[in-house]
Amino acid sequence: MADFKTIEVTTDLLIIGGGMSACGAAVEAAYWAKKNGLNVVMVDKAATDRSGAVAMGLSALNLYLGLADEYNSPDDYVAYVRNDMMGITREDLVFNIARHVDSSVHLFERWGLPIWKDEDGKYVHEGRWQIMINGESYKVIVAEAAKNALKSLGPLEEHLFERVFIVEPLLDGDRVAGAIGFSVRDENFYVFRAKSVLVAMGGAVHVFRPRSTGEGFGRTWYPPWNTGSSAYFTLKAGAEMTSQEARFIPVRFKDGYGPVGAWFLLYKANATNAFGEDSLVTRIDELEKYAPYGTTKPIPTCLRNHLWMIDLFGGKGPLYMQTAEAIKNIADASPDEKETKKKLKELEFEAWEDFLDMTITQSLLWAATNVEPEKQPSEIAPCEPYFIGSHSGGSGAWVSGPEDVAPPAYNWGYCNMATVNGLFCAGDASGASSHKYSSGSHAEGRIAAKSAIRFIVENNTQPNVDKARVEELKKKILRPLAIFKENREESSDPNIHPNYIKPKDFMFRLQKIMDEYAGGVTMHFTTNKPLLEKGLELLVYLREDSEKLAAEDLHELMRCWENVHRMWQAEAHMRTVLFREETRWPGYYYRADYPDIDQKNWHLFANCRWIPKTGEWVMLKREVLPLKK
Amino acid sequence: MPSFVLVKKCDGCKGQDKTACQYICPNDLMVLNPATLKAYNRDPQMCWECYNCVKICPQQAIDVRGYSDFIPLGASVTPLRGSEDIMWTIKFRNGMLKRFKFSIRTTPEGTAAPLGEFAEGPANLNGIELMTEPASLTRSVPRSKK
Repeated sequence: MADFKTIEVTTDLLIIGGGMSACGAAVEAAYWAKKNGLNVVMVDKAATDRSGAVAMGLSALNLYLGLADEYNSPDDYVAYVRNDMMGITREDLVFNIARHVDSSVHLFERWGLPIWKDEDGKYVHEGRWQIMINGESYKVIVAEAAKNALKSLGPLEEHLFERVFIVEPLLDGDRVAGAIGFSVRDENFYVFRAKSVLVAMGGAVHVFRPRSTGEGFGRTWYPPWNTGSSAYFTLKAGAEMTSQEARFIPVRFKDGYGPVGAWFLLYKANATNAFGEDSLVTRIDELEKYAPYGTTKPIPTCLRNHLWMIDLFGGKGPLYMQTAEAIKNIADASPDEKETKKKLKELEFEAWEDFLDMTITQSLLWAATNVEPEKQPSEIAPCEPYFIGSHSGGSGAWVSGPEDVAPPAYNWGYCNMATVNGLFCAGDASGASSHKYSSGSHAEGRIAAKSAIRFIVENNTQPNVDKARVEELKKKILRPLAIFKENREESSDPNIHPNYIKPKDFMFRLQKIMDEYAGGVTMHFTTNKPLLEKGLELLVYLREDSEKLAAEDLHELMRCWENVHRMWQAEAHMRTVLFREETRWPGYYYRADYPDIDQKNWHLFANCRWIPKTGEWVMLKREVLPLKK
Repeated sequence: MPSFVLVKKCDGCKGQDKTACQYICPNDLMVLNPATLKAYNRDPQMCWECYNCVKICPQQAIDVRGYSDFIPLGASVTPLRGSEDIMWTIKFRNGMLKRFKFSIRTTPEGTAAPLGEFAEGPANLNGIELMTEPASLTRSVPRSKK
């Protein structure tokens, strides 16, 4: 530890993260910072070209309104998201993202992203809100624009710190003052001092045990490097959090987790159980229990899951995507043989690109099992639970809404600012604004960045950073290295020692608790009050043992803190699942002791806050309010 | 074992301070073994099979063998990424081959201008418009109809 040099970086705005929302934030922040003589620094734990959830690429943009042609309005999108989230959504935030998202998409196209066009030059829609792209290099292109924007402020190395892992927030009273972390490449400890901090570190994966637990452990649907750092940072700063119970479980092609959107929306494929029954038809009556949401089209994502799960858990699996049937229907609908051949060739290209752009493993799985989709169906299955406020989950910080449409209860200051002064959130870091996806996360990063610059202009003082506190945190953050060094020699196995625990084993313990007590895969996503209370009890031991995490090197040191971040996400989740005494999102989780939706008592946000001064958790109910009239 | 390095092809990026795979891996898995000067995946269990190391390797020295949990042996998916497009060769377990070429970008590398050559907006920090709006929206920023 003596070798660790402390590097202090002082800036105006600090952006933490490197994915879609962070890159959106960098582009927008650089523009407004330059106009106002301010500085911007971005910190990414990986290489920005391929960091974040879009690292592999994407085959579609799931959010595009088509405002120019009045294809959709932001109000239409709010109605869709509200229904999909079973009534629990911040309409003001969703509206705000929706009205700006086309602007980000048009920028992507200018930057070089190939977007599919029809004969009239219009974007090809996969569904009402989705457009198709050749997205292998989507992230590279978006990162390039962000880096070019940062370069306009000076040398890139002074504005972008790659491979620096942020552990903790720094606070000055009720205002954020910066962030603290370390390089995973060399023995440098970083103290970033900032007037405002924008959190965009993604969601959380591997909080729950994944389905594949051997070599395929890393094949989660959302990437394994999203480790709950946003949730940890905002919680530790004392910010109020929302929808921590609203996790997401996608149904995807089984094991490879390849995308199903093109098959369902573009090729109109059906899914059936092993007996050829389509539960979206055969179990349609079930939806009436969830009126008005269940009886409104499109059927909410969780309820589609729910209908499939009734079949699956009732012993009617496997579930299949009927690809062959869909291809036959397309072929039958075309006028002649030549046209059919052309159409099917196109489909083959599109279907393989869909996988190759974003889930290459699925292509490998199809090739290794000789799957020709025109000849046989392919299995689909629910994945494990994830925390992803940008998709059909809702978890994130509770942030202030836009002045013009946010009701007064949702507007306490700058747009996208959390309940901590100067702390801004975007993408998976901001909650209850689901279905923003990659494009909406970029747009939200831009909204939050502009707002943060405004905050700085109007609050232009450098918060204090307490030197003793920094030293204390440095010692704490580097402790796993010291623990390993001090104890290692005594044991024949570097991973087995009574005085410490390695981060991977720590993660396995967390995942076992979450899987078995908080409704993971093996429990068919079902839990109850006694299970959750027992899980929270076991989490106390884990939290105590987090003081004994050990790291052999910088890579393991990052893993230690990533898993501490996951543990906090887990606790916020369990506490909120326990708090909400109903089953609001069947298909994402079931409270066996409260199996029904309780519209009368729980048409509310379930929020929580960890109080930094006392270490206590506070649970809060917040009203669901429509857009300001 | 997700991504693995073909030792005969890997040249350790010729002693640069870091290898290309080490630079790009989003999960900090690829490292250079200083003794052998060959790269390796230090924790295949945490690999997402994102293929970024495969795509970036100048020696084409990295391949992916599908997760042993659920992918039978015998297939391969091999990319060759250029500056405008990517070629994929897919070999099935039964020997069938498929080749695809897809566009990856429409502009020369490095040229993404932050404003996308859209006209700047009113540049009002207190206003609703982001940097290139309304131009990049092709209309004024919508207000609620409610």
